[in-house]
Formats: sequence, C-alpha cells, structure tokens
Amino acid sequence: MLILLAAHLAAALVAPVLVRFLGPRAFYPLATVPLATFGWAMLHRTGDWVHPWVPSLGVSLAFRVDTLSWLLVVLVGGVGALVLAYCARYFPPGTAGLGRFAAVFVGFAGAMLGLVTSDDLLLMYVFWELTTVLSYLLIGHTGTARPNRRAALQALIVTTAGGLAMLVGIVILGQHAGGYRWSQIAESLPGGAVLVVAVTLILLGALSKSAIFPFSFWLPAAMAAPTPVSAYLHAAAMVKAGVFLVAGFAPMIIAAGGTAATTWQALTVALGLVTMLYGGWAALFQNDLKLLLAYGTVSQLGLLTAVLGFGTTGTALAGVAMLFAHALFKAALFLVVGVIDKTTGTRDLRQLDGLGRRAPVLAVIAILAAASMAGLPPAIGFAGKEAVFASLLDAGTTGRLVLAVVVAGSMLTVAYSIRFVWGAFARRSTARSHGDGSADPAGSGSGGSLLLAPAVLAFAGVAAGFCAPLVERVLSPYAAGFGGETTHLALWHGPGLPLALSVIALAGGLVLFRRMPAGRSGPKPGGGVYERVMTAADRLAVEVTGATQRGSLPFYLAVILLVLIASAGSAMVAAWPVGTPFRWWDTPLHLVPVGVLIVAAVFAVPARRRLTAVILVGVTGYANAGVFLLHGAPDLALTQFLVETVTLVMIVLVLRRLPSHFSQRPGPWRRRVRVGIGAAVGTVMAGVGFLAVSARQAVPVSGAYPELVVPYGGGHNIVNVILVDIRAWDTMGEIAVLVAVATGVASLTFRRAQRLNRRGPVETPPEPPRDEPVWLMAGHTVEAGRRSTMLEVVTRLLFHVILVLSVYLLLTGHDTPGGGFTGGLVAGLALIVRYLAGGRYELAAAAPVDAGAVLGAGLLIAVGSGAAALLSGGEVLQSAVLDLHLPVLGHLHLVTSTVFDIGVYLIVVGLVLDVLRSLGAEIDRHARPDSSSPVGPSDPPAALVTSSSTDSSSLKGELV
Amino acid sequence: MRPSLVLLAAVGVLFAAGTTLLLERTLTRVLLGVMLLGNGANLLVLAAAAPGSPPIVGTADPAGMTDPLPQAMILTAIVITLGMTAFLLALAYRSWRLSGHDEVQDDAEDRRVRELAERDEGSDAEDLDAAEGVRG
Repeated sequence: MLILLAAHLAAALVAPVLVRFLGPRAFYPLATVPLATFGWAMLHRTGDWVHPWVPSLGVSLAFRVDTLSWLLVVLVGGVGALVLAYCARYFPPGTAGLGRFAAVFVGFAGAMLGLVTSDDLLLMYVFWELTTVLSYLLIGHTGTARPNRRAALQALIVTTAGGLAMLVGIVILGQHAGGYRWSQIAESLPGGAVLVVAVTLILLGALSKSAIFPFSFWLPAAMAAPTPVSAYLHAAAMVKAGVFLVAGFAPMIIAAGGTAATTWQALTVALGLVTMLYGGWAALFQNDLKLLLAYGTVSQLGLLTAVLGFGTTGTALAGVAMLFAHALFKAALFLVVGVIDKTTGTRDLRQLDGLGRRAPVLAVIAILAAASMAGLPPAIGFAGKEAVFASLLDAGTTGRLVLAVVVAGSMLTVAYSIRFVWGAFARRSTARSHGDGSADPAGSGSGGSLLLAPAVLAFAGVAAGFCAPLVERVLSPYAAGFGGETTHLALWHGPGLPLALSVIALAGGLVLFRRMPAGRSGPKPGGGVYERVMTAADRLAVEVTGATQRGSLPFYLAVILLVLIASAGSAMVAAWPVGTPFRWWDTPLHLVPVGVLIVAAVFAVPARRRLTAVILVGVTGYANAGVFLLHGAPDLALTQFLVETVTLVMIVLVLRRLPSHFSQRPGPWRRRVRVGIGAAVGTVMAGVGFLAVSARQAVPVSGAYPELVVPYGGGHNIVNVILVDIRAWDTMGEIAVLVAVATGVASLTFRRAQRLNRRGPVETPPEPPRDEPVWLMAGHTVEAGRRSTMLEVVTRLLFHVILVLSVYLLLTGHDTPGGGFTGGLVAGLALIVRYLAGGRYELAAAAPVDAGAVLGAGLLIAVGSGAAALLSGGEVLQSAVLDLHLPVLGHLHLVTSTVFDIGVYLIVVGLVLDVLRSLGAEIDRHARPDSSSPVGPSDPPAALVTSSSTDSSSLKGELV
Repeated sequence: MRPSLVLLAAVGVLFAAGTTLLLERTLTRVLLGVMLLGNGANLLVLAAAAPGSPPIVGTADPAGMTDPLPQAMILTAIVITLGMTAFLLALAYRSWRLSGHDEVQDDAEDRRVRELAERDEGSDAEDLDAAEGVRG
C-alpha cells in the first residue's frame, strides 16, 4: 500500500522532468501508476496494512481495503489511468504549465487513493485536505483568467471550511473512542447529543465536498478546469470523497440508532433529494455541454447521498452500484465533451449541428454513456436505478415518499440526458452550423486515439450491465453491513413496479425534454450567500485592520508601553512591600554621576539642536561609566567609556549631513502625552527594580565563581571568564549580531553592490607633494583649510601606541580589566583617530583590508576555537590551559579561550572599520560636489567638520 | 537585599527620558531614546548586584566582591547597544538621503487600509467574489 502511494509521489516528482523531455506523451508512462493501482486492486479485494507513524498521538499509517474502498480504488486507479492516457492526446505539445499539471494530477490520484484506503480517520483527513489543495491547483490551472482563479478559490474555501468542520467531528468521535481507526470508532460511538453534533459536523464536510445543497454552487464554477480534470475530479474521484464518507459512516450511524440516526437520515436524504431536483432542473437550461454535465453531476451526487444515507441493505447495494455506474458514464461523457471541444472548438450546443453524422463513433460512445445516465437498459445505470426503485419500495412509507421524489428526479435525468445527446449530435435545421464540413472530429489520427478512453468507459458501463449479478456479488459485502434482506441487481427483474417506474421516468423525461421552454435561463448557481459571506469577511478584515493597524510607529509603541504600564504597574502596586528597608545610596559618591546623569537626561529630551541632544545623551553614558566604576565594575566602566566615545564619533559623522535642528516639534498636547507615558514608564521601571531587588532572597549562582575561574577558566578576571568561557554561547550570539549589524550598516550606506564588495576607497589618492614633511600617509588629501598639523603629529605619535595598548588589553583581559571587546574598541578608536586626521585615504592606508574580511576572519576564529575544543574531545567552547616555557619570552600562560577573544577583538575592529567606511568615508564621497550621486541637501557645513575634530581631541584626552 | 534609591532614581529618569524620545517621529531622537533606554536597562541590571570590590580573583577577598554575572550581561548589552546605534544611524542617514528628512512616516499601506475602513469599503482583493460566469 505504501509502495503504491510512494509511486504516486515519485511519479508526481518526476512528472515535470518527463513532460519537459517527452511533451504530452509523458502522460503515458505516468498513466502506468494509476494503472498499477487498478491492477493491485484486482489482486487485493480486502486487506489491512499498518505502519507506525506518530505513536505518541496514536496516529498510524493504517490502511484498510474493504468492499467500499475497493470499489473506489478501482475507480480511482482505472479512471485515473484512462484519463491520464487521454491527456497525452488531449493537450497539444508545448502547452504552458503542462509539467506542473501532470505532477499535480498524479499527486491527486495518489491523495485520492490514500483517502479511500486510510483506516485511520486522521490520516484520511490529511489526504482529504490534500485532495482539496491539489484540486485547487487543478481548477486554477490556467490561473491567468480571473474567473478560473475565483472558481478555484471558491472550491477551496467551501471544501476546506467543510473539511475543518469534519475534523472537529472526527476528533469528537476519536476522543470518545480512544482511537481513530474506523473499527475503533465503530465499536464505541458516543451517545445522544454528542453523536448528533459529531455526525452533523462530519456531514458538513462530506456534503460540501460532494457539492450537495446548499454547497452545490462551487461544482459548476469548477468547470473552469481543463476537461480531463473535470472528468476525473468532478465525476469519478474527488466529489465521490463526500459520498464515500457518507457510505462509510452510514452503517455505524444507522446501527447506533436514536436521534443521531434520524438526524443523519434527515440530512442526507432531504438535502440529497433537494440537490437531485435542483441539479437536474438546472441542467435542463444549460447550453454549455460541460455545464450541463456539471449540473447533472450535482443531481447524481444528490441521488447517491440520499440513497446511501437512507441506510437499508437494499439502498446500500443500489447506492454503491449507482456510484460505480456514475463514475463510468460521467467520466466517459466528460471525455466526449473534451473531444467535441477540441475538434470543433466549441461546447455550446447552440453552435453544434449534425456532429453525429460526421463523428458516428463518438456519437455511439456518447449515446451508450448517456443511456447509462438516463437509466436505460442494458447499461449498468439501468440496473442501478431499478435497484434504487425496488429497495425504496421495500422501505415503508418514508421509502415511498423518497421514491416519488427520486422518480421525479429521474425524469429530469432522462430529460437532460436526451438534451445532451440531442445538443451534441443531432442535426437541427434551425441551429447555425459551426465548422460544418471543415472539421473532421474524431475521424482519424489524434481524434481516434482520443476516443479510446471514453470508449473503454462507456463499453465498461454496458458490459457491467450485462454482468450485473457479478457486480452484485462483488459489492454485496458492503450492503451486508446493514443486515437484512437485499435486493438484486439485474437487467431483467421481470414485470413489476420498478420496471413501471422506469418506464414512467423515461416517458416523463421525454415529455419534459419535448416541452421544455426554450430560451429561459435556469436557476442561479446559488453562490450569493458565499459571495455575501466573503464580502462580509473582507469588510470585517478591513475594519479590524484599519482600527488596530494604524501604520504609525509612535502609536504602536504607545500601545505597547501602555500595556506595560498597566500590567507591570498594577502588579507592582498590588505587591508593593510597605516598609521595606532601603538605602539612599551605596556611597554618597554616587550622587555625583547620578546627578549629572539626571540633569543631562532631562535636558536631552526637549533639546532642539541635534548636536546638543547627542552630547547630552553622551554625557549620560559617561556618567553611567562613573556609576559602574563606583559599583565595582571596572570592566564595565572601561567598555562604557570606549563605547560612548565610538558612539559619539559615529553619530557626529552622520550629523554632518543631517539638518542641525530637529524638525518641528509636535503640538503641546501630543508632547504632553509622550512625556506622560515616559514618566509613567520610568516610574514603573524604577518601582519594578525596587521590588525585584528588595524581594531577592536566592543566593546568586555566581557565588562559587571566584573559586572556580582560576582552575577551570584559567583567568582571574571573572567577568572576562564568564564572557569567553562560562557564557561563551551568549558572546557567540552577540558577535553574530555585530557581524550582521556591520553588514547592515554597510549595505544601507553603500548604494552599489560592487562598492560594497570592497569597502574601501576605489580611487587612488593624489600624489603627495614633495616639499613638506609627511606626518600622515594621506594627510595631503585633506583640504588645506581643514588640515591640522597638530592633529596629524599627535595621530602619528599615538596611533601605534594605541594599537599596542589594544593588544595588551586583549591578551591580559583574562586576568585584569580588558578583553576582546575593550581591546577591539581601543583599536577601533585608533582607526577613528587616523580617519579624523587624514580622511578616507588615510583610513584606507591605516587599514588596507576589506572590513568584511576582518569580520569574517573574526567569526571564523571564534567559531573555530569553539569547534577545536569539540574536536579535541571537549565540549563546544570549552577552554584548556597551556603553560609554556619559551626560551626568550619566558613563561607563557595561554588559555585557549583567548583565541575566542581574539575572534571577538577582530569582529569589534571590523565593526568599527565598517562603520567608518560607511558612515565616514562613503558619506564623504556622497557629500563631494562632484559626487556621482548628489542626492539631498549637499552642503556639508564646515562647522560639523570642526565639531568632529573637537571630538577627536576630547577623545584623545580620554585615552591618554 | 536593600535597594539603593539613588541608583533606582537614575534608572527611572533614564527610562522616562528614553521612552519620551522613543515616541518621537524623528529617527535621530528615536536613536537617542534607544541609547538612554539602554543605559537605563544596564543600570537596572546592575542594581541586582550589591556593590563591592571588582570581581578579579587575587585582588580582593571573594566575600567582598560584587556579583560578576550582571556585569557580564551588561557588557554584552553595552556592545549590542553600540551595534544597534550604528544600525539606526545608518537607517536615519538612508532615510534622509531618500526623502530629505529622517522622520518615520505612517506606513502607506496601512493608511490605505484605514481610508478603506473610513469609506466602509472592502479591500480590492481579487478572486474573492463568486464567479460571474464560467468559461473553460
């Protein structure tokens, strides 16, 4: 069983390739897969195949073939193979999207096979949804036409909605039974209202899939699909899934009895009969042969649902016989329409005239199939319909009432069958002839082989009629599930009421066809409710989106912050520890940095000049560093000082190009709201901090670190050991973020990819003049008015010293304050100094490497050091201590995590370099008057350059 | 543990100022707000550890050391804030280059939806309504 399904999957996967090489002929090899299914079904009449799948959920790949599913397997495989073979001739070579079509079609056949053989209801649901999705793709095959897309979407939404309801029903039954196998569910059905609800939900799925009223509208619309799809999906396979489900559940529901059985019968029989009459009536008014058949299908599905849902032994046998007959004749008729369409170019029966004389073989096939549809002997359709009449006659008053409607429906069936044959083939003097004489429909060549598939199906219908007793023997095990007497399938029951009813139906149909009013339009497809529901959903979505998604960033942030204030704030108030002891300060010295910090932060908010605001915010950062220092965190203080400096330089580099003042402040009302939210958030956060700190009772996990870091981490600086060893994964994540940020900054600033690839100046700097002292390699490239010899000299003197300092911080960071981050930042500052003194050429001379390469090397070293530990048998990022005695350098204490820190160092240097190249050098290039990209206001105010050099001197003060 | 009010006051002010700036439309101000929030959050984490001597083995008695774990987290946070600042700066600069200012505008698509809602119209999403006619 699994092999068959796998074969379908494999065929679906190779289908596009096959189609590319073979064209439409690829359908022949593909047809062998459903043919194999058919052959397999001939060998296996029943059986169970179980493979574990999700044992924890109790879901298994359980397959089971019994009479009902065997019949469906035969149809899915047999009709599938014939339709696929038909496709090979139907589609002209070079049809667009044929590969996808073939793949989806074969996949659909596989899904359908899985659906009808699944023993596990959840598994069946998976296949059920699969058929829905694949049929969506098949209906919308020519997705360029809007009606096709709409039809496909409509079918998808209707059947998926039903499928979801069905899933709920299945879950109700499965949870009650403690398992999802058919057998388990049949054994322990819930009682009373629960079963009624579950049954109704499952029927919702089945009826929507089989286009039963009130869901009938999607099926005629789905005729937008290519004709072979209609023949397979909407005649033999997919729409039968609903009928299959009804037939599968009927025995157990009827056996359960009670309200559930009554509900079941009422729903299936009533809705089925309504559908039968509606579909048959609508079919009488169709001029498009395909639509005529589509409404005919709706009608037949109604009959099948009613008969199979009715639930006596007789109706069950009659129902499955009709199901078999319907698949044969409806697929044949659709394929005939395909031939007509392909050879004459139309399906409109007002334009077809006298086709019967020109294509006699085609006409014979169509007449045979239509006879089966109308219930004429000797086709299987006749035997089936007789059995329906007979079994309903035996079923009491209700049965007779149903019978009356079925006979009326049969009259309609006869009438539209005649209309089909008459419309397609008859010679009508009044009709305009279309393509008269010129076309040679189905005469020879391609037409001839196109006829094969419908011919096989039509003759099979007749043959089955003659073999009715055999059909009965094969199918009767299903009916036996209901217990009791069965009726018999036969072409000749002898004179009796069923035969009389057949004659009445035939005569009534003839009269109906004769007297049918011409030129009137039939009933509407009934999609109005669907349309209104969809429009309402759309409107609701617009209203909800419009109300909640305002598109304003401050609005979103305000909502988030208000939620924070409300939730955290109310929790804080509720849990406030009254009378908790507190300290005013840890040391009175704290008052100095905190006082500076508060003043700077408060004045930064209303500042109107950008530079003022930036400097005030910078001051809070430096004040933060002071707090860190007083708290006993020299590492933090050092890092904060360096980061604040780098940040200030970065911001000033960009501020050169931005307007000096902020744009217009918002109105006072909005400003007050913002300040209000801000003040509330500040209060809440401070309060939460107070609460958290005072509530803390647990001993910090770091209590044992001082004893552990030296023997295990090989260092004395606990913070650094945490970063590169204990919590090295954190650091790994962080440096990955830094690499991403650096790349993001560069790609936001550089506009062209090739410049981005080499993040350095492409132009060669001008030649230096010979007569002046050279302090910096590219000092001469700075405009005379902006040069500062003092700065150049200081830079020259300091650059290498700073670099050495950075390496020192990196290597000693394991034992004293410092480490990869601080070292990298110091090295970055050295580069910043070079850039500020000598411009972008100087930067290129100082770091003649691609920033991306530095970042990549850093990441590689960091990851490599972690992986090396793994290779040498330790855990990822585990560190080892090496003590070496070298001849000249003396004792060398090496910890492998230092290698990791070197990676961190390189990444920080790469980040600074990338930022300088992007926000410094590239913005310089944008700002040049002869720049190739003069976008935006392009006068860099001289004051800004001054400000950046001021900054650089303050920066040097920091370092020295 | 007894909280230090001065430290928490600094946290509160930094959060208040940062949030106020974050709610602005100018990207530069948003950036400054993020920086202030970052500083405030760092101090909040710092408040989790009682002050003490630097956590460097051999320089002080381990019992008097401050908790090193918050420090490691803050160190990571400081550097991440640097990256965040750089990225926001690049965004602000790009916004200025493209549109001549660094204001965050309302999302155009969202505004269109809002207008549709005000006019009581549905979206113009295709394929939602039922097929008018079927042509294969």
